[in-house]
Amino acid sequence: MTTASPSTERRPVLQARGLVKTFGHVVGLAGVDMDLYSGEVLAVIGDNGAGKSTLIKCLSGAMTPDAGEILVDGQPVSFRSTQEAREAGIETVYQTLAVAPALDIASNLFLAREERRAGFLGSVLRMLDTGGMRRKSKEFIDELGIRTLQNINQSVETLSGGQRQVVAVARTAAFGSKVVILDEPTAALGVRETGQVLRLIRDLRKRGMGIILISHNMPNVFEVADRIHIQRLGRGAGVITPQSHTPAEAVAIMTGATTLDAAEPGTDQAAASGRAQGAPTGPSAQR
Amino acid sequence: MTQVVEEPGTAEELLRPRDTPGRRIHDVLHRLPWLSPLIVLILACIVFGLANSRFFRLENISIILQQTAVVGSLAVGQTLIILTAGIDLSIGAVMVLASLVMAKLVNDNGAPGILALLAGFVVALVAETINGVLVTRIKLPPFIVTLGTLSIYTALTLIYAGGQTISLNPGGLLTWTGQTIGGGGFNITVGVLMMLLLYAIFAYVLQQTAWGRHLYATGDDPEAARLAGINTNRVLLSAYVVAGAVVGITAWILIGRINGADPNAGLNANLESITAVVIGGTSLFGGRGAIIGSLIGALIVQVFNNGLALAGVDPNYQVLAIGVLVIAAVAADQWIRSVKS
Repeated sequence: MTTASPSTERRPVLQARGLVKTFGHVVGLAGVDMDLYSGEVLAVIGDNGAGKSTLIKCLSGAMTPDAGEILVDGQPVSFRSTQEAREAGIETVYQTLAVAPALDIASNLFLAREERRAGFLGSVLRMLDTGGMRRKSKEFIDELGIRTLQNINQSVETLSGGQRQVVAVARTAAFGSKVVILDEPTAALGVRETGQVLRLIRDLRKRGMGIILISHNMPNVFEVADRIHIQRLGRGAGVITPQSHTPAEAVAIMTGATTLDAAEPGTDQAAASGRAQGAPTGPSAQR
Repeated sequence: MTQVVEEPGTAEELLRPRDTPGRRIHDVLHRLPWLSPLIVLILACIVFGLANSRFFRLENISIILQQTAVVGSLAVGQTLIILTAGIDLSIGAVMVLASLVMAKLVNDNGAPGILALLAGFVVALVAETINGVLVTRIKLPPFIVTLGTLSIYTALTLIYAGGQTISLNPGGLLTWTGQTIGGGGFNITVGVLMMLLLYAIFAYVLQQTAWGRHLYATGDDPEAARLAGINTNRVLLSAYVVAGAVVGITAWILIGRINGADPNAGLNANLESITAVVIGGTSLFGGRGAIIGSLIGALIVQVFNNGLALAGVDPNYQVLAIGVLVIAAVAADQWIRSVKS
């Protein structure tokens, strides 16, 4: 296992404390705790209705929790919109792929953060620095080691699903965000494209970003995640690692066939410490 | 778990099937939406030139350009709205209302030309802003909103005009747009130049500014644009407001063209502007197209009308030909938008 950075003291970059969200009589979240460290991939799994989406929407600013606290770098925050979350460094890649199909790759990467030319052209005539944005996009795409995107001037709709996903993910990484939330990034992809996206996720981790990965795909989750947060019936049913538990055990906890304590008490703490040394390991969801 | 190996070769492999001739044509048309209208325009000119040698005379070219000025300018505003996946059925009515305000203030109230011009401009701005507010705040479909305001603005025009047509004496500021420049048979009006200037300005704005890009993104996929951080409602509203400014200028061009104001002058301008935009390769589904295409589209309509008339064809066939062009243009757009990857 490769640790991202040999940091001495690791603080969670994003924390959730006792998040509650109800929809009328339906309880979406019944007090959920979560910690995400930088340079790690935290998978969130759970059955339908377990509160995965609600949790993610609260963290990404799409919903406001009824109770509980969200902290970024230890500072309490409250997001009224996804834009505010983004400004705090939390980017979300939605399942629906938020890319504009008719625009080219560079325009998509810089969408809503366009850069203007220097001087009179930029300040008075509002001229965009198209060449500069293309060059930066190219550099960034190359840096991420994405070789399948050859032509930065290609319109996004001429790309395959996997390539579009790569553009959407790269977009979040391009602007110095701390946290990326990926909602089912491989759901509609083939094997080759899935591999591409998983590799990109590892690259982002290497760059020290914290990544939350929501997925139904157990092999993917176990391949790429450092820790796995299991949601069940609106609560955190525990945090495991791919080393401490098998996919079968994860599914058992997810469906309520067993509990984390019954499955293997204690071991996940030891395994987690490999990643989060010195940090308060037990993301406190274990009950 | 399967480890996926990627070499540059495999990526090329993935992209190779796209290089069939049909695919290549598709790609080019996709990148240059104005190209097929331009080819149609050139072919039409060649055919009409062969049919009647008078077609290529400078006088005739001048006439075509002068006839294009009003619908061509109006199509600039219409393009902005159609790029957002909207449509403005009232745009011609707004133009006529604004032109009437301008002409009446000068003619009936003796207002100075510049004040009348400003007042009409503001009327166009307000009328289109109302369209925009109804679309963005009350979330009504643009088709319905502008169908309603078409009736409202037309009625206001007729009420305000009181059955009158106004003719202005040449030489004033309002009729300046009708003044001809040029010589040796080639005479264009100030209005034609203003139209060309509008196209130059908006070609720049749409391609080189963030607002232009946001307009495309909003029309292309509003949800994606919103999630990317674009305030799509503000972009939509601004499209109508800016279109209103364009309509205000077009009202001035209209006055120059007919030397006054006529409440019945622009009856067909609503649909003619949409025709020009659609023939020009801009997608009615938004997010695709180039503004220069609308100029080409407006020219195609006039070239067909003029060429068929010169060839001695029954005028009813002119209308029929335009109808065929519109359907062909939309069919081409469908094909261009259908991308298999």
